[in-house]
Amino acid sequence: MTRGRRRGVRRPPLPVVLVAIVGAGALFVLPLASLLVRAPWASLPDLVTAPSALTALRLSLVCSLSATAASITFGVPLAWLLARHEFPGKSMLRGLVLLPIALPPIVGGVVLLLALGRRGLAGQYLDQWFGVRLPFTTAGAIVAATFVAMPFLVIAVEGALRQVDSRLEEAAVTLGASQWTVWRRITLPSIMPTLVAGAAFCWARALGEFGATISFAGSFPGETRTLPLEVFLALETDRDAAVALSLVLVAISVAVLVITGRYSVFGSARARDSRDSRDSYGDLVGGGKAATPGAPARSER
Amino acid sequence: MTLDSALRLRIGTLDLDVSLSAEPGGLVVIVGPNGAGKTTALRCLAGLQPLESGHIRADGNTLDDPAARIFVAPEHRPIGVVFQEGRLFPHLDAADNVAFGLRCRGVARAEARSRAEGWLERIGLGGLGSSRPAALSGGQAQRVALARALAVGPRLLLLDEPLAALDATSRVEVRRELRDSLADFDGVRVLVTHDPVEALALADRIVVVEDGQVVQEGTPDDIRTRPRTRYVADLVGLNLLRGRGAGDRVVLDAGGELAAPGAGSGDVIAIVHPHAIALHRSNPDVSARNVWATTVESLDLEGDRVRVRLTGPVDLVAEVTPGAVTDLALAPGLEVWASVKATEVQVSPA
Repeated sequence: MTRGRRRGVRRPPLPVVLVAIVGAGALFVLPLASLLVRAPWASLPDLVTAPSALTALRLSLVCSLSATAASITFGVPLAWLLARHEFPGKSMLRGLVLLPIALPPIVGGVVLLLALGRRGLAGQYLDQWFGVRLPFTTAGAIVAATFVAMPFLVIAVEGALRQVDSRLEEAAVTLGASQWTVWRRITLPSIMPTLVAGAAFCWARALGEFGATISFAGSFPGETRTLPLEVFLALETDRDAAVALSLVLVAISVAVLVITGRYSVFGSARARDSRDSRDSYGDLVGGGKAATPGAPARSER
Repeated sequence: MTLDSALRLRIGTLDLDVSLSAEPGGLVVIVGPNGAGKTTALRCLAGLQPLESGHIRADGNTLDDPAARIFVAPEHRPIGVVFQEGRLFPHLDAADNVAFGLRCRGVARAEARSRAEGWLERIGLGGLGSSRPAALSGGQAQRVALARALAVGPRLLLLDEPLAALDATSRVEVRRELRDSLADFDGVRVLVTHDPVEALALADRIVVVEDGQVVQEGTPDDIRTRPRTRYVADLVGLNLLRGRGAGDRVVLDAGGELAAPGAGSGDVIAIVHPHAIALHRSNPDVSARNVWATTVESLDLEGDRVRVRLTGPVDLVAEVTPGAVTDLALAPGLEVWASVKATEVQVSPA
């Protein structure tokens, strides 16, 4: 299915276009433009290469990428269980996994402190038994970022796993594929576009993480003071530095989201195509009455 | 290999109880209306659906036996499955689709790929190894699916309405491929179909399933000439005449000719529905092109119709109303004229 304008595709109604333009302009274009206009372009190179800025940038990248890796490691199996298996307490578990999306991040930090802090429910044993202390360490900042970011990955991957054509997995099994082979060669390639998009979103959320980090991990330079925290502090003392660092965050986020967004849009377009052809297969048990293969989903005039 | 199975389970409203067995090289065809449980029976054999009771044994090896707590997972069964919708993997090209099963069995990538290319060559799709399924026609895709199932050397080949989702042209193409590929297959084949020509032309044994139960079982000729239910009569209770196409007529193998528009050329099967045959006491002066003098062999009342078996230059089964039997005073031994309009004859490539 080709994208882009086709003959006969209707134009969107004017009022819808106007409202959308106003909304997008006021909320997204204007602030971004202001940032570009007000950015201290002359001193920018110095501001973003200041030692504190570079330290914060490095720390931000380490924390957000680690949090993304942790989210994939734990989130994909979790999504698999939620999508494919029935077990008691499943809806409760799903609710808990998604809770960080709704929770104010600062509250998330408090919760983490209660659980994993030095006197926390589990944290005291981590400390006593293994000598592991999470609060106010880089590891803690990664935990905080994972806490707020992983739900985005889980929600995306669970949805993708539900959409996977289980009939292809069945076909693979009849060809002698073990469960692991089915996952590796059939399921994973099918969900890959969504997994990439979900990971990008998860990463973007981890990069921007502020509230849970500051309440759980604090703000120690080089340890837990990530770029957003650096921006927050700079806002009090050096406004130009805050703007410059904001610009860096915006640039990184836009770059990654545009690149993966393109990939994921491509992916979902493909998924749409395969759904269309699946419809034309006709129903398995009913059989016999298949629609015309490749019939366009919407009639063209 | 030999197959011996008793498939029993309940899913939703379906209460399946079907026994299937076959000798080496045998082809069992399961026919039946939608929702009768044909596909479910096939899924049981494949291991995609565990039995509730009964058993599946292949060459004496038990694949499923709930009472003995034995269940062999599908990936460990010696099977090949061709699904109605092909189910090719969309992200793999044709050769990798065919190579998939070999890769699962530990064949090295390059070796599997080259054997897959060999299979594609064999089914006449040699140049299409690197095409994605989306770029293949329906018929080509289904042939690739057949090659994929055969590539692993299955002993039990399960075909679930492999032609049903295809248009008429691809159907002819795939049917020919099926026939060629299956001719030298020495394992057991189980085919689910709606297509009477497919069933009658290919089967060693036909099992008719309705509402999850076997209502009739036998050789194609048994079933064709003595259908036991209305459904069977309508589906396969047909006159099947083999011959060679010669333009607008078919030269019958059994002798004689049959006028039929669009008979084409080559080996064909002419199908004449019993209700298309008209019976007359004297040589009819009708527009029908096909007229034969025949003798009534037997009459079977079946519901509101009577099946009249006729012998003559061409053996036929006609279907008439009880009223017609009275009017014509039909009785075994009576000589009658049978006529069929040329347009009522359906010709299908054999």
